Amino acid sequence: MKPPPFGYSRPESLDDAVRLLAESGSDAKVLAGGQSLVPLLSMRLAAPRQLIDINRVVELAYVRTDEDTVHVGALARQADVEHDASTAVVQPLLRQALRLVAHPTIRNRGTVVGSLAHADPASELTAVLAVLGGAVRLVSARGDRTVPADQFFVGPLSTSATADELVVEASFPGRPPRTGSAFVEISRRHGDYAICGVAVCVAVDEDGVLRGGKAALISVGPTPVVVELGEVVAGAHPGGDLSDVHHAVCAAVSPEADIHASAEYRRQLAGVLAVRAVREAAQQAAA
Amino acid sequence: MFGQPIVRREDPRLLVGEGAYLDDLGQDALAAAFVRSPYAHARITDIDVSAALEVDDLVAIYTYDDLAGPLADPLPLLIPHPTLTHGRTAHALARDEVNHVGEAIAMVIAHDRYLAEDAAERIVVSYEPLPAVVGVAAARDGSILVHNDVPGNLAARMVQENGDAAAAIAAAPHRLTLDLQVERSASTPLEPRGVLARWDTESRRLRIWSSTQTTTGLRAAIAAKLQLDLADVEVIAPDIGGGFGVKINHPWPEEVLVAFAARTLQRPVKFTEDRREHFIASAHERGQLHRVEVGYDDDGRMLGLSVRFWHDNGAYIPYGLIVPIVTSTQLLGPYRPESYRVEFDSLYTNTVMVTPYRGAGRPQGCFVMERTLDAIARERSLDRVEVRRRNFIQPEEMPYDQGLIFQDGRPLIYDSGNYPAAMDLLTKLVGWSDFDSYREQARAEGRQVGIGIACYVEGTGVGPYEGGHVQIETSGRVKVATGLTTQGQGHETVFAQIVADELGVPIDSVQIVTGDTRRMPYSVGTFASRAAVMSGSAIALAARAAREKIMRVAAEALEASPDDLDIDDGLVHVKGSPGAGIPLGTVAVLSNPLRYAFDEASKAATQFAVGDQEGPPVADDDEPGLEGRDFYSPTRATFACGMHAAIVETDPETAEIHILRYCVVHDCGVLINPRIVEGQIHGGVAQGVAGALYERMAYDDHGQLQNASFMDFLMPYATEVPSQIEIDHLETPSPLNPLGIKGAGEAGVIPSAAVFAAAIEDAEGFPISRMPISPSELFELRQQHRKVSR
Amino acid sequence: MTVLPEELFDVQLTVNGAAQRASVPARRLLSDFLRHDLGLTGTHVGCEHGVCGACTVLLDGRPIRSCLLLAVTADGGDVTTVEGLAEPDGTLSPVQQAFQDCHGLQCGYCTPGFLTTITAGLRETPNPTRDEAREMIAGNLCRCTGYLNIIAAVLRAAELSGGRP
Repeated sequence: MKPPPFGYSRPESLDDAVRLLAESGSDAKVLAGGQSLVPLLSMRLAAPRQLIDINRVVELAYVRTDEDTVHVGALARQADVEHDASTAVVQPLLRQALRLVAHPTIRNRGTVVGSLAHADPASELTAVLAVLGGAVRLVSARGDRTVPADQFFVGPLSTSATADELVVEASFPGRPPRTGSAFVEISRRHGDYAICGVAVCVAVDEDGVLRGGKAALISVGPTPVVVELGEVVAGAHPGGDLSDVHHAVCAAVSPEADIHASAEYRRQLAGVLAVRAVREAAQQAAA
Repeated sequence: MFGQPIVRREDPRLLVGEGAYLDDLGQDALAAAFVRSPYAHARITDIDVSAALEVDDLVAIYTYDDLAGPLADPLPLLIPHPTLTHGRTAHALARDEVNHVGEAIAMVIAHDRYLAEDAAERIVVSYEPLPAVVGVAAARDGSILVHNDVPGNLAARMVQENGDAAAAIAAAPHRLTLDLQVERSASTPLEPRGVLARWDTESRRLRIWSSTQTTTGLRAAIAAKLQLDLADVEVIAPDIGGGFGVKINHPWPEEVLVAFAARTLQRPVKFTEDRREHFIASAHERGQLHRVEVGYDDDGRMLGLSVRFWHDNGAYIPYGLIVPIVTSTQLLGPYRPESYRVEFDSLYTNTVMVTPYRGAGRPQGCFVMERTLDAIARERSLDRVEVRRRNFIQPEEMPYDQGLIFQDGRPLIYDSGNYPAAMDLLTKLVGWSDFDSYREQARAEGRQVGIGIACYVEGTGVGPYEGGHVQIETSGRVKVATGLTTQGQGHETVFAQIVADELGVPIDSVQIVTGDTRRMPYSVGTFASRAAVMSGSAIALAARAAREKIMRVAAEALEASPDDLDIDDGLVHVKGSPGAGIPLGTVAVLSNPLRYAFDEASKAATQFAVGDQEGPPVADDDEPGLEGRDFYSPTRATFACGMHAAIVETDPETAEIHILRYCVVHDCGVLINPRIVEGQIHGGVAQGVAGALYERMAYDDHGQLQNASFMDFLMPYATEVPSQIEIDHLETPSPLNPLGIKGAGEAGVIPSAAVFAAAIEDAEGFPISRMPISPSELFELRQQHRKVSR
Repeated sequence: MTVLPEELFDVQLTVNGAAQRASVPARRLLSDFLRHDLGLTGTHVGCEHGVCGACTVLLDGRPIRSCLLLAVTADGGDVTTVEGLAEPDGTLSPVQQAFQDCHGLQCGYCTPGFLTTITAGLRETPNPTRDEAREMIAGNLCRCTGYLNIIAAVLRAAELSGGRP
């Protein structure tokens, strides 16, 4: 399994990358981490005429936090974001999710933005962006724009970015006080794509009672399924009966079957994992 | 050395990246790539290579039309059998029909694999798709045929029986019927297949390296296909990154074609299989459907056992009926049903062909027998261990004739074994009698736990033979060769341990070569857990022959009797005088009366006078040199056994299956290197867990393999296998070979499906009759049983 | 239309401390570059889709899948392969020695990927618990050993290194 031939360029600035993308039209692919793209090339499932390797565009290699947002540049490796100390404080859900992405060796090259741009329905990071209400910034020769999560993911492996747009940054809102988060997933093997995964944020009051919450699920729909939990959790004790959460989440997802899991099993997991995630998130909120 | 857990001698080069696996060789060779069928069943109507001819650095393209003589004939049917009335094998390149996704249609030769794939991609094949037969049910139905001239898709139907099982079942106080299924899986070694061929234009000889389990088999097959004399073909197995059975089949189309291309082009040619190809163009195994009828008495003793099963042999059947024959016979395990009948149909499907995978039909047989015994126990409300004990062959009944013919064509006679003792060890190790209360306690905590037990017997060390050649050089180094091959079993170490002991030499002076027809041209191959028994015994016998000559020559030199001599640390000396003697190297010089003194060793040897000064320097019945050569050829297999127990916990909400404990009691006779045997058990158990809980080949109805990659074929990581395996050993030495050993290679994997099905059933409270099982499938079964019980 | 020969790119890497270079097409995978363009065949290829880990090498000290990296992308980097783990005089590294001591390899095909992964892993976690050792190797496939002896090798390697990174 060897890649087919392609034209190759390796720009060193964002301007050059954007220009190359504009020139190539829809027959180009951008290479950053390569952990998803290279296997596709090797299996000859993708055969772009041009490959634009942005690994030298160092101006995009950053992860920055201000007091209420984590900004991740296109070249920030998943491992770097996972281990970034200020990110862990400003928005712990990123580390909670990243720990579950593939294996550390993959995370050493894979990028956070790349995972979002690839938009695999099983990508943990898409659920994180969705549940936090984050956004991505897209740059092209025509200008730049910011697209919120709910308008970015449009289908399996499909985003609203146009062929000439480069995703340069993802921004993740930080964690407000008295909130907690959790990412819970089940996969067949350690590091595999999840059969079902849930990112949850909850808010609690001073007694630890749930006030509100939101969940985003992966592998149970073409894009992350966002479920508002406010009504079903309000007033509930996180250690008590959360069957309303289970039912609300089960009703919100329309999973499909594949060789690894039936649709009904995925639906069952959605509810079970959402409850486990709410409990875990509430514990973090209280801590 | 024998019996010592010494560290392996092959490790140092493997640890520093100096292994020589197939793709490491032949850096100057041309590369081969293949056009393979995307259809499970189709007629080929046209092959257009014109676009491929434009690719840079293309060297050649071959299709069926380029093959003549024996090359154009189907590949050999290696193991015929009278009941295999409709054996069909593939052509090296598809002639006019393809019968599985992945079947080779054209071979491209270019300067590297990238370019070869570019050219292959440009070859346009026109197909007329045909309906595909997938799965036993469709094959059995027979309304769609894989091969037009094979009615009912039936390659073979075979019956073996001992006594009148039908009558016994009819007359029995109790009866049960079970329907069981094992799904298809595969060996998947980390290194796929590969072959490199060099044609020596000067000497007009062919040298082939292949990642194969049988160099001599491949040599004979290639010689036949290319119409060469055996003497003009050499086959060498390099370092091999795992075999697990899949590399025993030969000749693969790629092996034949690469050899052919090398000779035709007079350039070295190499094929390195990639992972996707390995999934769709090598071989699979395990898929079978079974129907069991058993009649038994009040105590759970089997009076009659009748098994009817259907074996999916894939599109072709070059390896014959070995797998279902092994299932048929090894199904009996350590038990003695009073009468037994087994009938199987081997059926064609439009999928990858089936050849042995570690266990080779035994896992299926063990699954059937163990599920049957558990069902009997459940029906009679008897303890599952007690039912097994009541059906065991007793040690005093050895040797025990099961009244059937085994896969080697010989009577199925167990030579030795102590099954009650093994069960004693296992029940103690796992705490069988304490489990009921543990299960109750767990239930009270809302947890579901279950325990399973499974027993098996394994006929190892099957013939026809293996050979050993031991030669002592004038340097004192001992060069040993055996013809079978190595894929990680530590042969360089264990065989050296045998020789070091037999000859009395330091182990570091012993060098072992396996799988090289230049060094040992008579061999069968590595499979069926036979290497230690077969080659171990042959090497021991060869070393003894060499030792006998050493003593004879040294006795003359030392003017002593051979019986008064001993060898220690490579020095031959009179017993009781360890310091004064002659080194083996000197004995080697003395054994070869030459006119010329090449070096100090041969000069120094002239101080000794050997041989009859009046007679010929080399006696009539003697030969020059210090060698021993011998073969071991057993009358029948020697039977190892094992018993496993597993404790699992199933999650009530997610149906995930966690392994809490895994226990093994293992009897493979005398152990040459206990550490290596333990490694084989670990690996086998991991592969068994994989086969029970993770791995299957997922074909859709159109014959497309949906999980032809490691992303979706779930080979386990360290996190999926037990973090501890508790092992206890029993040693019932084999009476059949000089070392008393039995095979160990497949043991770990044989009872897994059975033991996990039993444990999960125990945890869940409903029958598990199909394996492997995933959490999703367990969840679905729960739903089904919940509906029924409402 | 004849297919033109591909454009070649000059790739320079430091591999096991030595400067290496070769001209290769952009699509050449780092795994093939190491094995065939540089002749360092110790790094093995088991799947070419990033799952098995046999191809793992260290790039700037971090373990990466060389089958998922183009050689041109790696240009300028510092690579360590299995051939670079032992001392110049041939003494095995603690990780290599531990594999021998613990029977951590059988066929040896997956082993180079484990050795590089564990070498980097122990730098980060010099004193792993058994669970951490298991986690450290949880991204590499082995078909022969069942992993137990490899986990033991991780712990033994930590011991041999004196718990020092």
